[in-house]
Amino acid sequence: MKKIVQFYIDGFKEMTLGRTLWVIILIKFFILFFVLKLFFFPNYLKKNFNTDKERSANVIENFTKSK
Amino acid sequence: MNEIVDLSMLDWSRGQFALTAFYHWLFVPLTLGITFILAIMETIYYKTGDPEWKKITRFWMKVFGINFAIGVATGIILEFQFGTNWSYYSWFVGDIFGAPLAIEGIMAFFMESTFIAVMFFGWDKVSKRFHLVSTWLTAIGANLSALWILVANAWMQNPVGMQFNPDTARNEMVNFWDVFLSPMAINKFLHTISSGFVLAGIFIIGISAWFLLKKREVPFAKKSILVAAIFGFISSLFLVTTGDGSARLVAQNQPMKLAAMEGLYQGKNGAGLVAFGIFSPTHTDPANDQLHEFLFKIEIPNALSYMIHLDANAFVPGVKDLLNGNEKEGMLTAADKISRGKMAIETLRNYKNALTEGRKEEALQMRDKFMSKDFQANYFKYFGYGFIKNSNELIPGIQLVFYSFHMMVILGSWFLIFFILSIYLIVNDDITKRRLFLKIAILTVPLVYLAQMAGWTVAEMGRQPWVVQDLLPTVAAVSNINAGAVMVTFWLFALIFTLLLIAEIKIMTKQIKIGPNEGGH
Repeated sequence: MKKIVQFYIDGFKEMTLGRTLWVIILIKFFILFFVLKLFFFPNYLKKNFNTDKERSANVIENFTKSK
Repeated sequence: MNEIVDLSMLDWSRGQFALTAFYHWLFVPLTLGITFILAIMETIYYKTGDPEWKKITRFWMKVFGINFAIGVATGIILEFQFGTNWSYYSWFVGDIFGAPLAIEGIMAFFMESTFIAVMFFGWDKVSKRFHLVSTWLTAIGANLSALWILVANAWMQNPVGMQFNPDTARNEMVNFWDVFLSPMAINKFLHTISSGFVLAGIFIIGISAWFLLKKREVPFAKKSILVAAIFGFISSLFLVTTGDGSARLVAQNQPMKLAAMEGLYQGKNGAGLVAFGIFSPTHTDPANDQLHEFLFKIEIPNALSYMIHLDANAFVPGVKDLLNGNEKEGMLTAADKISRGKMAIETLRNYKNALTEGRKEEALQMRDKFMSKDFQANYFKYFGYGFIKNSNELIPGIQLVFYSFHMMVILGSWFLIFFILSIYLIVNDDITKRRLFLKIAILTVPLVYLAQMAGWTVAEMGRQPWVVQDLLPTVAAVSNINAGAVMVTFWLFALIFTLLLIAEIKIMTKQIKIGPNEGGH
């Protein structure tokens, strides 16, 4: 286990171009998960309804409305 | 349904999905293909012990690393949109999509992250054999992780192995293997990954051609071209075969898409295959102004019938047969399908009302009726048609689909010729002197990306108006959210993806200019 951890530590330490790429990955993850997902992409049905029963009812209501 | 959906929001949601899917797909196919080319190159190094092959492998591994790092997680955004913009769709397909996407997530995380780390960090630290195994497993893992989302996509094109539950409004998987091993899923997976292999082959030949034009790294470039061209040639043959299979499956399950791909308005026995055609911008079919007539076309007689049915005189339906029906061929009219879809929706509504109002016995009877084999086969099968107001809504954008399809096929044919020429020039000739070919090789790189986008345009625009074939149109799948919010995120994505693309191109071109002799991982 120690060897595996050391393998990763050495790998990260020896990175050159990889460091730049990791910075890009981390910035991207931050924007995706802490900005976009949190503020712009709530789950519509989870946000507006508390239970699966209510969600099902809403979906059926929408599917069968004005027919 | 149409009255209560804000159509501008629908358009923005569709536009946003298309934008993110296209950008995401700029990164994916190179990963799918280049990992296998890397594995082949490293295998040659393992077998021969020639350090030149190690240098070659490490250089292309660096290129792969850049593409992987920039592209990783761009697909997550599509899943965000499922929950927000397409919540009714997500709910409707939830159980079918849940399993494949969960497997994809776990597989991608464990296989790719573990073996990619060994691939990049493990040179001279783990045994040559273990390193090679890790490279192969990275390639297999990357491609298998694409499998699950493609299985999900194939299910949308041909929904099988499920049962709609009228209590939850969800489709429930009743047979995993029917979903996983449906011919549409297998063919889609093989066609998509082989297109990625072709792209990677052309990408490597294009970059290597640049080195040869600059008179740099000649042995490196020639060896890279040799491997990429042979790999690309074999993949191209596979691509043609799976493309043929794909057309046959489209004919069976999505005949309107096939009619759009071929610009076939009136079905016929012995239908010809349009090799090339241009639509008139003004002249339309007198019976339907959505159907533009051909200004010019080159048609191979009977070829479409033969391609689809292996019978040169077989009947292939056109747009009009699919709208107006064809008694002789046993085809329902669109109006009949719409009426059956409305019946399915009405039965669902009556069942819901009976339940809500406490009419338990009546509700039970309605549920039994809804779930009966006869009702499922003759009414629920057309559930989505119940949302259609006008049968012309069933026609996809014919010109877009037709031109995209023909562009894909023409470019695909060129790629096959290109690989043959590459092999010939590298084996029998001095490719370094063929400067025109080297320039064409560089120009072919953007063309292979264009072909990829054209292929997805055919697949996704060709199945409009359906998000789930015959069961759910896009208009019923979209959430009741504000169009303004979708517009904001559309432009945010456009900005983020453009920045990522600029970063990819800048970092990659810098590393390519540095060449294979320097630079770390």
